[in-house]
Amino acid sequence: MSSPMKVRAQVKGDYADIKILMSHPMETGQRKDPKTNQPYPAHFIQQFTVEVGGKLVVQSETGTAISTNPVFGFKVKGAKAGDKVVVKWQDNKGESRTDEATVS
Amino acid sequence: MRQTLIAATAIALAFAMQPVVAQDKPAAKPAAKMAAKKMAKPAVVEEKDAATLEFEKFRAKMIEDGNPAELFEAQGEELWKTKRGPNNVSLAETCDLGLGLGVVKGTYVQMPRYFADAGKVMDAERRIVWCMVEKQGFKAADLAKKPFAAETYTPEQTSLVTYVAGLSRDMKFAVPLKDPHVKEVYEIGKEVANHRAGPYDFSCNTCHGVDGKRIRMQQLPNISSKAGATTAVLGWPGYRMTGNRMLTLQWRMGDCFRQQRFPQPGYASDTVTSLLTFMTANANGSTYTGPGIKR
Repeated sequence: MSSPMKVRAQVKGDYADIKILMSHPMETGQRKDPKTNQPYPAHFIQQFTVEVGGKLVVQSETGTAISTNPVFGFKVKGAKAGDKVVVKWQDNKGESRTDEATVS
Repeated sequence: MRQTLIAATAIALAFAMQPVVAQDKPAAKPAAKMAAKKMAKPAVVEEKDAATLEFEKFRAKMIEDGNPAELFEAQGEELWKTKRGPNNVSLAETCDLGLGLGVVKGTYVQMPRYFADAGKVMDAERRIVWCMVEKQGFKAADLAKKPFAAETYTPEQTSLVTYVAGLSRDMKFAVPLKDPHVKEVYEIGKEVANHRAGPYDFSCNTCHGVDGKRIRMQQLPNISSKAGATTAVLGWPGYRMTGNRMLTLQWRMGDCFRQQRFPQPGYASDTVTSLLTFMTANANGSTYTGPGIKR
């Protein structure tokens, strides 16, 4: 089971400030278990998309250089209060998660 | 000859140190001065030194975009509300944290407290574990097997504690010390903090019993004083950036014992609860700032 992300979206002037805090181990596959000396299998978010008000605004390709529980932030011009923000990620194990928030 | 050499080195060192201070941002300068003043008068060390201020700035910056602890709050909320365990009940329906069945808001700052149904004084994590065992039917031994977060794992009770703690944000600590049960455990906690043992003949109070001690860069709070106890309990449960782990006060107490080379206290045991009662009650009246972020 993947756990929920925190999505914040606030209108600031003519743009909306969107901050996404994702919950993910982002395992690189390089780190070893000190007891068994076996690497922890790679497990990381490969891509995520952000839609604001039904329009795709961000599409990403992410890799192992991104930290555990990553934070992403960006500004979207023209977003209005009440717009729905939909964030969806997919990782290399095929797991995915979608969370929603409303621009305030 | 040798003496002059040493003196010369000392002077060189002193000069070498200076630019470091000079490089500090203007805002940090008064703090640096404060630190210098403190060195001259070690008796007055309640003021924050430059290092502590820098740590605080760093923490504020880290939390700006969201503290990862919030992720565990959200996870804990799901766990709290979901029907789970052999008995297939949710904690929201069955668990009383002291302010009524299912009430979470404001409970964290009023624990440890006495729970009549368990006949014991319990801190937040112990109470949650008790509910998971008694109400949901989990096995206590299983919960105690891996009670703290490790490389790739966060125990459910840790997320639950974080959730409960998050709902007491900006509230004042109010451990019910008037309750004789709590008072008794508080006194035991005071004794535990004062108990010297182990290969180093240490007690908690060796480091945390007087004002103004430190280990390297870390200021050591005096847990007997209100200010010190507040420093000690604020920011827990905390997200530790070293290792990306969410950790609770139960873990922190165990780690203190480890550093004193004591045997590990039992998970959710009387010893840990008594220490937490002592510390949290000393912080009574201070405002809890919610789950924090640690270095």
